[in-house]
Formats: sequence, structure tokens, C-alpha cells
Amino acid sequence: MTSVPDHSPRIRNDIFRRIGAIVPPALWTLLLLVIFWQAIVTLRNIPEYILPAPSQIAGEIGNYWHRLLPNALVTLSEIALGYSLAVLIAVPLAVSIVYSQVMQRAVYPLIVLSQTVPKVAVAPLLLTWFGYGMTPKIVIVIMMSFFPIVINSVMGLRATTPEMLYLARSMGANGWQVFWKFRLPKALPSVFAGLRLATVLSVIGAIIAEFIGADKGLGYLILIAGANFDIARQFAAIILITVIGMSFFGIISWLERRLIPWQEQPQLDGKG
Amino acid sequence: MNIMTDTQSLTPESTAHVRIENVSKVFHGGRKGDVEALRPVSLDIKRGEFVSILGPSGCGKSTLLMLLSGLLGPSAGNIRIDGKKVDGPNSDLGIVFQQDVLLEWRGALDNVLLQAEIRGADMKEAEAKARSLLSMVSLTGFEDAYPRELSGGMRQRVSICRALLHEPPLLLMDEPFGALDAMTRDQLQIDLMKLCAERDMTVFFITHSIPEAVFLSDRVVVMTPRPGRIEDIVEIDLPRPRRLAMREDPKFTSYVRSLTETFKTLGVFREEY
Ligand SMILES: Nc1ncnc2c1ncn2[C@@H]1O[C@H](COP(=O)(O)OP(=O)(O)OP(=O)(O)O)[C@@H](O)[C@H]1O
Ligand SMILES: [Mg+2]
Repeated sequence: MTSVPDHSPRIRNDIFRRIGAIVPPALWTLLLLVIFWQAIVTLRNIPEYILPAPSQIAGEIGNYWHRLLPNALVTLSEIALGYSLAVLIAVPLAVSIVYSQVMQRAVYPLIVLSQTVPKVAVAPLLLTWFGYGMTPKIVIVIMMSFFPIVINSVMGLRATTPEMLYLARSMGANGWQVFWKFRLPKALPSVFAGLRLATVLSVIGAIIAEFIGADKGLGYLILIAGANFDIARQFAAIILITVIGMSFFGIISWLERRLIPWQEQPQLDGKG
Repeated sequence: MNIMTDTQSLTPESTAHVRIENVSKVFHGGRKGDVEALRPVSLDIKRGEFVSILGPSGCGKSTLLMLLSGLLGPSAGNIRIDGKKVDGPNSDLGIVFQQDVLLEWRGALDNVLLQAEIRGADMKEAEAKARSLLSMVSLTGFEDAYPRELSGGMRQRVSICRALLHEPPLLLMDEPFGALDAMTRDQLQIDLMKLCAERDMTVFFITHSIPEAVFLSDRVVVMTPRPGRIEDIVEIDLPRPRRLAMREDPKFTSYVRSLTETFKTLGVFREEY
């Protein structure tokens, strides 16, 4: 650190830049939107049963926390369980598709084709088979998140170039070594693209499942609040779901950056 | 000018380290149908010999290298190494591929060490060797750099270190110095000759540069335009160790001139304008 004589404009600029570096610009935009929302509702006297102000929603989250929290935990565990199972099924399946001609030709096309079936349409059926408990929700979460993981993992595992395989063979690498030291690391960026996409879809899956038949969860709360025209309570639940979804996405993205340090991170500030 | 066919270029079995016998290669079923990449080629390489392959782009040099390594199979003919027929990937050699083929998820040092990892070598020893190879090619300080953080020439140098790490008796190099600036190139040529002298290594070296081929080689193999065959084999009778100044030697320049003439008669160079 060099000690340069203070020039106040320069310093103020630095402080702003430092705050700017910690708080991403998008958050400022969000803050502006919330303020605008608050202002409109207050100034125009919009009644709460049409559009509650952010302050009223915040109050609702506080007052209703004792019911929001346990239901959020239910939704969260549906997402976590379904997503984990999806990963556990999808990744080995992708490996088998890449390594086996039979799987590739007899199973993979069916997996791709099955995506044209709208999962919402299947949900009531699952209810009939698995009842009202956690099981149908987990199954729907799996169905939603499994596909992008399979597709992206297959693409990633196929991305190994012939040159890399020549190199491997010239070193006398065996099948295990080719998989662990060449194919898998080469596939990681693509696998994570699938994992990231799947986080968003798994949250959607859990909420859809709860809409269709549940007596717990944030989706259920939204439905009940809707029936009672309790808009603020609906917003409270929506915000909680969003927080869950964003955190989940954030965790996977963080993991991605940790596990794939060689990848250039996309620059969001326009300087890159 | 003698055209090499059949076994007339072959030396007695006992002295040949690598024996290429009437080897040809046709690539089948591409979009352009069958491509004849290599006409029947015969060549013997002695142990410890430095042989360069000179030829215009697309004449089948890389194809010949792939056949030697056993990574591709010949359409006809045989390749023997120490009398043993090559019929699958041969791991008892080092290859510098035309593209550097570095793994983007490994730093420079780890890319070099891949060679030792795959072969199950002693990693402590390998690391010391890898570091000294990297310093030989002036990459000290870049051990942890990912390939995307290296220039093309630096990447190629890492791949050279990788090919040398396990001290292979036979080294196949496909235009290894193509991406380097002239000075680094000069230095690496000298380093390579030094290593060859120390290790008694046999080198099969592909290049586009006539002076480079003359400077490094015991013999220079001249190939015709595609589909390639061997047009001429020139013995380079210059003393070793060779120094950079030797490139002004009249004997050196006369080799370069006569090889240039050969390529002119092959239609590779056209001087009229
Ligand atoms: N896998 C392949 N499939 C079809 N054709 C190929 C394949 N590999 C090489 N060829 C063809 O074989 C010929 C010889 O290719 P090769 O790579 O051996 O040339 P080269 O002498 O190494 O050229 P360069 O100096 O440009 O590297 C070319 O015409 C090329 O189109
Ligand atoms: Mg080539």
C-alpha cells in the first residue's frame, strides 16, 4: 500500500467502486423496483387485497413465520430429495448411454422422446398411485430435473476429442483411466450446466406437485391463501420459494466454480 | 534422384530399430469418399538415429506418424519395432502431436505429469523431472498455469515436456516447433539434440522447414505431394555436436539448396511470377 496524499473526489469514487464491487448492479435495480412498488401502492392507495405493498408483505412474513417455516421445510426436503435422486439416476445413466451402444440406441431416444409428455398431466396419476404423501412430490421433482442432467452429461461425456483418446492410448491408459482422467473432467462443465438448469426445474416440480394434491408445503399455502383472497400471504410464500430457488442455484453455481477452476468465468460487468 | 520402392531402402534386419515395409494408408468413407493419404512407403530407422520427414502439407506425414505409433493401422504393409510387429497402440514411445492436446483442466506441470500418472510411475521422482523439463523449455513460473493462460508456443513446449517425461527410447514429433518464435526454436533444437545424445533416443521428426531438418537430422526423408511417397532420402554428413553457426557452413547451405531444388522439381515451389 502506498500512501498518496488524499484527494477527496478520488476517494469518494473509490468508495463507490468498492460498494459497487460488493453489491452487484442488479441488486440496485431490484431495490429501485421495490421502492417504486412501495411508492405506487402508498401514493395511489391501492387496497391490500389487490396489491399489497412490500412493507405489508414483509410484515406478513414476520407474522406468519410460524406457519411459513415448517411448510418451507417440507418443500425444501421434497426438492432436496428429488434432486439428489435425479442426480444419482441421471449421471450413471448418461455414462451407460455413452459407453453402451444398446443403451444409446434403444433407451436414449425414448428418454428424449418422453420429454414431450407434459409432466403436469402425469401428476394426478402419480397421486393415485402414491397417495398424498411425499412420494408423488419427489417423483415429480425427479421427473422434472432428471432430463437436463442426462442430456448435458451425455453431451459432455461425448465431448472428448479423438486427439485426447489418441494421447490416452499412446500412454497406455486403461478404460478406467480414460474415464476418470479424460472423459469425466472434460464432461464436468457440461454436467454442471445440466445441474444448474435442474435446480430451477426441481423447484417448479415441487410446487406443481403441491398444487395438485398436498396438505403441506409452500405450494399448498399459496393455494389456501388464494382461496381466501389473501394476496399478502401468497406473496410471502412466493418470496420464500424464490429464496429457496435462488439459494439452491447459488450453491450449485458456487460448487461449479470450485470444481471447475480452469473454466473462464463469464464476465457480467461487461469488462470481459 | 532415386525413387524408393520395395525393400531396396532397407538395411539388414539386425540394425533396424524401426522398419517400415511397404506401408500405405487409405482413409475410407469420408465425405469425399476414399482418400489415399499414403502410397506404399518403406524406411528403416536405426537406433539412436534422428530422421526428419520433409514434405508439403497434406502429403501424409502425420498419417505416417500415427501408423508408427500404432494408433492407426496401415491399409497394407507392416511396421516392426525391434523386430516386433506393431498391431496396436504402442506405449513405449513419446509423441508430440501436431496439436498440443493439453488437457484444459490441468495446469502445465500436471499436464506433463499425466504421462507418469497413467503409467503408474513414482510421482515424486516424476515431479522433479517434470520441473526440470519445464525449466529446460523456459517455462519456470508457469507450472500452475492452465492451458488457456498459455500462448500457442508455450502450450507446444508443455506437450514436448510431456512426451519426454518417461524417457522414451523412441520419440515421434509432429511439427513440434511450428508454433515457436525463431529464437525459442533455435534453443529447443539444441536442447533436443543434447537430450538425444544423452539418452540415445531415436527420433522421428516431422517438419516443414528445410534448414531445421538439415540442422537436426542424420537423414532427411523427402516426401512427394499427396498421396505421399518417399521421393528421396538424404544423408546429412555434418559433424556433431552441431552449433548454430554451422548454419552458415557451405556444406550446410548446399544441403538446404539441393533439398529446395528437389521440392522445386516436385512442383512444391513455383518461383515464376
Ligand atoms: N481421419 C482422416 N479421415 C480422412 N482423411 C484423412 C484423415 N486424416 C488425414 N486424412 C487425409 O490424408 C491426407 C494426409 O493427411 P496428413 O494429416 O497425414 O497430412 P500431413 O502431411 O501431416 O499434412 P500437414 O503438414 O498439413 O500436417 C490428407 O489429404 C488428409 O485429408
Ligand atoms: Mg500433419
